[in-house]
Amino acid sequence: MDWGAIVQNALRAAFGLEAAYFALAAIGLNVHFGYTGLLNFGQAGFLAVGAYGMGIAVTYFGWSLWVGIGVSILAAVVFALLLGLPTLRLRADYLAIVTIASAEIVRLVFRSARFQPVTGGSAGLQNFAGEFYRINPYDTGVYRLEAVYAGGVGPFDVVRVLLALALLWIVVDRLLPGRLPGSRRPRVAPSAADADESVASREVIGLREIVLLAVAAVILVVGLSPVAFNERRMWILTVGWGLVALTSLLVFLLMRSPWGRVLKSIREDEDAARSLGKNVVSYKMQSLVFGGVIGALGGLVFVIGNQSIQPDNFGTPITFFAYAALILGGTARVFGPVVGSMIFWALLSFAENALQQGREAGYISNDFLTSTQIGQLRFMLVGVGLMLLMVFRPQGIFGNRREIDLSVRR
Amino acid sequence: MSVADRPAAASAVEALGGVDRRPGVPKPDPILTVDGVHRRFGGLTAVNVDHLEVQRGSITALIGPNGAGKTTFFNLLTGFDKPDSGIWTFDGEDMAGMPAHKVARTGMVRTFQLTKSLARLSVMENMKLGATGQRGEGFGRALLPPLWLGQERANEARALELLTRFKLDTKRDDFAGTLSGGQRKLLEMARALMVQPRLVMLDEPMAGVNPALTQSLLGHVKGLREEGMTVVFVEHDMDVVYDISDWVVVMAEGRIIAEGPPAAIGANQEVIDAYLGAHHDAPLTFEEEERQLAEDHARARAEGEGRT
Amino acid sequence: MPVVLLVLSLCLLAGTASAQERAEGVRGTLSNEVDDEDVPVEGAVITVADASGEEVGEVTSDEDGSFALDLPGPGAYTATIDVESLPEGVALRDEARATLSFTLNPGQNRPLNFFFGEDTRQRATTTDRALQLGVEGIKLGLIIAITSVGLSLIFGTTGLTNFAHGELVTFGALVCWYLNFEAGIPLLWAAPLAIVLGGAASGLLDRGLWRPLRARGTGLIAMLVVSIGLSLLLRYLFLYQFGGRTRPFAEYGRQRQVDFLGLGLVGITPKDMVSIGISVVVLVTVALLITRTRMGKAMRAVADNPDLAASSGIDVQRVISVVWIVGGALAALGGVLVGLGEEVSWQMGFQLLLLMFAGITLGGLGTAFGALVGGFVIGLFINLSTLVVPTELKNVGALLVLVLVLLVRPQGILGRAERVG
Repeated sequence: MDWGAIVQNALRAAFGLEAAYFALAAIGLNVHFGYTGLLNFGQAGFLAVGAYGMGIAVTYFGWSLWVGIGVSILAAVVFALLLGLPTLRLRADYLAIVTIASAEIVRLVFRSARFQPVTGGSAGLQNFAGEFYRINPYDTGVYRLEAVYAGGVGPFDVVRVLLALALLWIVVDRLLPGRLPGSRRPRVAPSAADADESVASREVIGLREIVLLAVAAVILVVGLSPVAFNERRMWILTVGWGLVALTSLLVFLLMRSPWGRVLKSIREDEDAARSLGKNVVSYKMQSLVFGGVIGALGGLVFVIGNQSIQPDNFGTPITFFAYAALILGGTARVFGPVVGSMIFWALLSFAENALQQGREAGYISNDFLTSTQIGQLRFMLVGVGLMLLMVFRPQGIFGNRREIDLSVRR
Repeated sequence: MSVADRPAAASAVEALGGVDRRPGVPKPDPILTVDGVHRRFGGLTAVNVDHLEVQRGSITALIGPNGAGKTTFFNLLTGFDKPDSGIWTFDGEDMAGMPAHKVARTGMVRTFQLTKSLARLSVMENMKLGATGQRGEGFGRALLPPLWLGQERANEARALELLTRFKLDTKRDDFAGTLSGGQRKLLEMARALMVQPRLVMLDEPMAGVNPALTQSLLGHVKGLREEGMTVVFVEHDMDVVYDISDWVVVMAEGRIIAEGPPAAIGANQEVIDAYLGAHHDAPLTFEEEERQLAEDHARARAEGEGRT
Repeated sequence: MPVVLLVLSLCLLAGTASAQERAEGVRGTLSNEVDDEDVPVEGAVITVADASGEEVGEVTSDEDGSFALDLPGPGAYTATIDVESLPEGVALRDEARATLSFTLNPGQNRPLNFFFGEDTRQRATTTDRALQLGVEGIKLGLIIAITSVGLSLIFGTTGLTNFAHGELVTFGALVCWYLNFEAGIPLLWAAPLAIVLGGAASGLLDRGLWRPLRARGTGLIAMLVVSIGLSLLLRYLFLYQFGGRTRPFAEYGRQRQVDFLGLGLVGITPKDMVSIGISVVVLVTVALLITRTRMGKAMRAVADNPDLAASSGIDVQRVISVVWIVGGALAALGGVLVGLGEEVSWQMGFQLLLLMFAGITLGGLGTAFGALVGGFVIGLFINLSTLVVPTELKNVGALLVLVLVLLVRPQGILGRAERVG
């Protein structure tokens, strides 16, 4: 088995189109679920509305792609309003049921033969992304995240070493608490709980450190040079990750503002927020719209990257994948969904490639695992991962367990 | 400390001195006037208040046996539940049908029987949330810190002042979820004051608080009156009621059955009958207490969630 | 070279997202033109035989008229459509073309086309169709009601919105299929066995997963996410094990409709009649058990107020265990009945789940009777709505009703205003 190729593929997946797509979907979910406590299980609906808003505007109405993107955003806003109106006054489970149902409604309507002339039915839509690639600034060729120098040490090697050192620094900081400049996050444990040595010692080297060490090792040894894309992919990825950066910045700014404080207070206890004069329903609606629009941008990135819209790409499992990515990275953290999505896709790619190679090398019998079944195994892995995360590590890789434990609901 | 050291207390006692001791009696200067508020749950009448006035600047205790409808009455007045009929005015303003957040902004702020501290926000964030009219709470303006940073600093200073008064200033950066039960009660009261209310409604402020903290909480409640606020509170502990209230309103089976100064209320035959008839308020046995707690819990939950 | 690798790996990523069979097979969609509109031909049976004439597979077109069948490998085959199985009034354009010969290349998934002639079906009057759809609606409604009882009781007693409940339905149907088709046990025995196993599996899930989680004090929202993970795991485990095709039970496959009660109004197959009969008996029994027995009363007490129930001496853990077992058994029964009426597939339960949610929301979350009534109404509504909306959009109508109900009467039809949940 070629472990080098498996690791390289995993690394590439961490920067690929799916990772950017799910990062945006998960950032939106983070606004909903992580910061506001809204159980939106219909993020797939927002992704679909984003994709189809533009797709229909371009292919059916013949409008410009740029107008189409505006239509997508508008459609996401309308979808959020439609979802929110009946449910935001009700309990959390109702929103969960209505959102998952609405996402299915959206998918069924888009793939319906009845609306085939507009939506393309189950075949979906193509030929809408021309305008986007016409302004591609990248020339034809292969682009690498890290330039490869023929021998000698290049600037990227310096960057690589610095990056790896930074990650190691974080790990050392955890191993030797108090020796290095600490964080300024609110104190979680009062002194009494700090005395709980068993908990403290068990957490010194945890999953977080292992992941950081692994990433540092990969960057040091392999580098980012295997991460290479052609000019078209490079262009959509630039835009996609650019949007990830932009929306993360927006989330960062908003969540440290009084507006974000109201959202968080609603997550903690909406009656308390109400008793302090906050219009809870209005804020929930703003959160739903904001996170939904981010999701719609994700849908746009995905379909422009693939140059094709398929209704069945927006099934309910997509929402659950986005949840898995979000929880993996840590909810209510600005970079949680981004890091989570990258790790999520790297892990999936790793598992899939390893199984595939194991099968080809004869380690895994064909009776046990056909190539089709590898894809199915992937969904199972996500399912198991989601369960294990929720039970044993609800704070994700980088979160703080005690912080989560502060608010076990009812 | 005698009454004379507390001018507001003295004036409240004086103003209520000449008032009749019967249910629904008019007060000289009412801040809150309630008329015909009625709430039914299925076949059960939870609240049926014909008339009630609350004297401005006083501390009014609302007592009654379990299931008397005190908390439901609180919920109705503060917009957390909707009555089947009835009107009420706060400082002359019609409050019927007003949603809870607007009630709070009008200056009528409540706390909860089961404390609602925002566990994963720091104590300071809890406090700052209480400030009203924050410019940074709009989506667009939130993105432009210069528009709200000044106001934020002012709120922070005010919050720190309150925290110091409530002896929580050392906890300002701790998550509220790490506070003890009593500290949470204090935080909740301090947070309510950030709204700058004229009427504070406290639902069992002393429940679950250890005796040492009770005294300090009592002092804080009296302090509110000295600052010109009106206080209405639900309480079970009669010692507390005798200690701090200027006026006592007794509810039973949803109705107001007696009113009067604390000294007079203990002798009232109707009150004694109500308490003895519907079990003594002090739980009879441990199991009984558990049961009552469970019932209250369930009711609070149902009420919280039944809102549409 | 790296680009090639990249493209390959992206293909892998993209390809598996829509996880289709990569093995050899045939597929197609049967449709018939009526008044310039494509009408799917449902229930047509196509058998495929290999070069030696030995039958290697059989498939029935689904409600969209589509079919797909995996074949053992490349080679020459013949596919024959069973003219007898075509719906009344549908005929092949050319009877000689009932059998098609074709060759499969390695990895090829070949489309098969059968052409139908002018539709001579008597266009049924709206009343006739409404009656017919009403009967089918009753059948579906009863099944939804049966499967929802457990979902609703579990929610009522534990607060868990169990997104994996649909997989209990699928589990029942798949177990029954394996017992019946693979092990050759007659359906009359396989079905009760599957129901028992369904109840046992559900009880084990509670004992092995949910009870420990409750004991850890896991929050309801965390448990909800866990149930989603479980649902994904089980669903794709079923796909992994069972494959993507829909398959019928060994017995009672195709039946001709008989005239119901001899009134000439409604046609119904005997198995559908049996299905409705069983459903009614089971639902009445469940209703009686819940209202009359100690355990039933205890269930409702726990659903009403767990704290109070516990303090009045009810063993809440035991009640919850019973709720899981009964709920799982009922879900399995529902699965068997769906499998009998249609066919068995890996995601049949998940498709039913949203309808169950719609039903119990309509009826009032957490109440057993709400689930019964709501599920029934939804099933009836879905079928009757096809009078006006295309068949493929029938579930959309049901889900829209769910949203509308929440707008108007969030506590459901039977729920009381003050006790949502």
